[in-house]
Amino acid sequence: MSRFTTINRVKRLAGRFGLYFSVLMLISPAILFFLWMLSLAFKNEADNTAFPPVFIPNPPTFDNFIDVFAKNDFLTYTINSVIVSFTATGLALLFGVPAGYGIAKANASKAAVLILIARVTPGLSYLIPLFLLFQWLGLIGTLVPLVITHLVITVPIVVWIMIGFFEGLPAELEEAALVDGATIWQAFRYVAMPLARPGITVAMILAFIFSWNNFIFGVVLAGRSTRTLPVAVYNVLTFEQISWGPLAAAALVVTAPVLLLTLLMQKEIVAGLTAGGVKGG
Amino acid sequence: MSDSTSRLNRTTPARPVANPPGHGRNYARRYWLFALPAAIVVAAVIVFPWIFTLFMSVHDWKVSGSTPFVGMANYAKMLIDDRFQMAMVRTLVFTAASVVAPVLLGVWAAVCFASNFRLRGLARTIFVLPMMATPVAISLVWTMMFHPQLGVLNYLLSLMGLPPSAWVYDSATVIPTLVMVETWQWTPLVMLIVLGGIASLPQDPYEAATLDGANNWQMFRHITLPLAWPFIVVAAVIRMIDALKAFDTIYVITLGGPGTASETLNILLYQTAFAYYDLGYGSAMVVVFFVLILLISMLLLHVRQKQVLQ
Repeated sequence: MSRFTTINRVKRLAGRFGLYFSVLMLISPAILFFLWMLSLAFKNEADNTAFPPVFIPNPPTFDNFIDVFAKNDFLTYTINSVIVSFTATGLALLFGVPAGYGIAKANASKAAVLILIARVTPGLSYLIPLFLLFQWLGLIGTLVPLVITHLVITVPIVVWIMIGFFEGLPAELEEAALVDGATIWQAFRYVAMPLARPGITVAMILAFIFSWNNFIFGVVLAGRSTRTLPVAVYNVLTFEQISWGPLAAAALVVTAPVLLLTLLMQKEIVAGLTAGGVKGG
Repeated sequence: MSDSTSRLNRTTPARPVANPPGHGRNYARRYWLFALPAAIVVAAVIVFPWIFTLFMSVHDWKVSGSTPFVGMANYAKMLIDDRFQMAMVRTLVFTAASVVAPVLLGVWAAVCFASNFRLRGLARTIFVLPMMATPVAISLVWTMMFHPQLGVLNYLLSLMGLPPSAWVYDSATVIPTLVMVETWQWTPLVMLIVLGGIASLPQDPYEAATLDGANNWQMFRHITLPLAWPFIVVAAVIRMIDALKAFDTIYVITLGGPGTASETLNILLYQTAFAYYDLGYGSAMVVVFFVLILLISMLLLHVRQKQVLQ
């Protein structure tokens, strides 16, 4: 008996070791990548182009960040990104939360299919007609086309997540409200919606992140002063061929809010992504 | 008529119990009102572009000037357009590789993250970061890492005693390199979907297998894999759709280069419409691309339906 448990313990220990080793192997590409990104952003130019590479910024410098904000109008681009992503997310919640409720309650799987098709359509395919439409309306060069096209990303995400969430809610409470004489709008507004708040949070975070990350709509529709951050960062590459420090600093500025949000809200994000397999654009 | 019955029914307490309003036909029409605003938005920004694209695809449509009707000419052009056909082949090769690698790694990762260990939450969050990070930003950092002389990747290769690679600067290595980036970025999504599946599996078969002395591999092979299979299929189909649509990373890292060695359908589409301003031909390509993706998403729906039936 005791020999049996010893063998088992050795086996278990080996299993644990294998597990930790696997996890380390799996997460090291991400860790090394983001550490290298930090390293590039905080090193001076001489160290950045040294070979063999210098790994640890010594001393760390903020010059790259100062350079990025001095040479480019990054403040404007940041404000653009904030306006576009917040508006597109806000509108998507306004339209998408009731829609998710309606579709879930009406059992309208056909409407859900439409959302699914929107999810699989390449973002680029919306751009040709919308580009012409906005040109015709004289809106190119304003933020309006960006907000509207970002709805293509945010509305399906919100509707898709909310359908799943409302379907999962127990129907008894709303039924009780209806029996007590509430209208279906009141049942939604005062019973179902408060219960679905976690779902709304998940939908909001994911819609915001995928709107913030979007590149393709901005690259076609944005004018010089209406660039969003991803487009602005791409232009840093085109104009300053091999100045790696500022480039990495710019990349870090764009993606830092998203990375922080992911670290802070990891539970919600994992829940949302697991449920829907959502991705924007 | 149906309106009055629904109003009547609402005052009858017994009815909701027998036929809950959530599934009652009487309410269905009114629940549609909830979806109306979103339906208008979807019609304007999603359905209108689809229809207008179809319309443009049968016209010779440049940015300015007249737009004569040309019938199927734009579609016929694709049949003799070598550049389009090469892009199609490249897209399929890229997609196949970008499904297989992330699915294999993603399943492995899901099995790892399904067991309990210290700092699991943190490890999982770090693992998910690549898919949440802004694609343009990570593409720029990859571009710097791929630099043939000064890039850190070739330095790492030299540390391991391997010869340097040309990464994205050679037509022979550019597609595998882009697949590597795609795998790095999107394995987490596969992991999350499969992990969600594994988490929902019953525990009894594992307990029984442990009592019978099965080892980890046997449990994975004979319990986890068959039970989680539907989720793996869903993850693979989603991955396939996303790989077909891949744009940001390829655009930023290579812009389809060197030459046209990494020009996928999406990149060619972009160039045709927004660099050459041949909107008619571009629209026709969109339609073909869309049909391709639609066929694959129907596969997804089919799989989902099967899952519901189980």
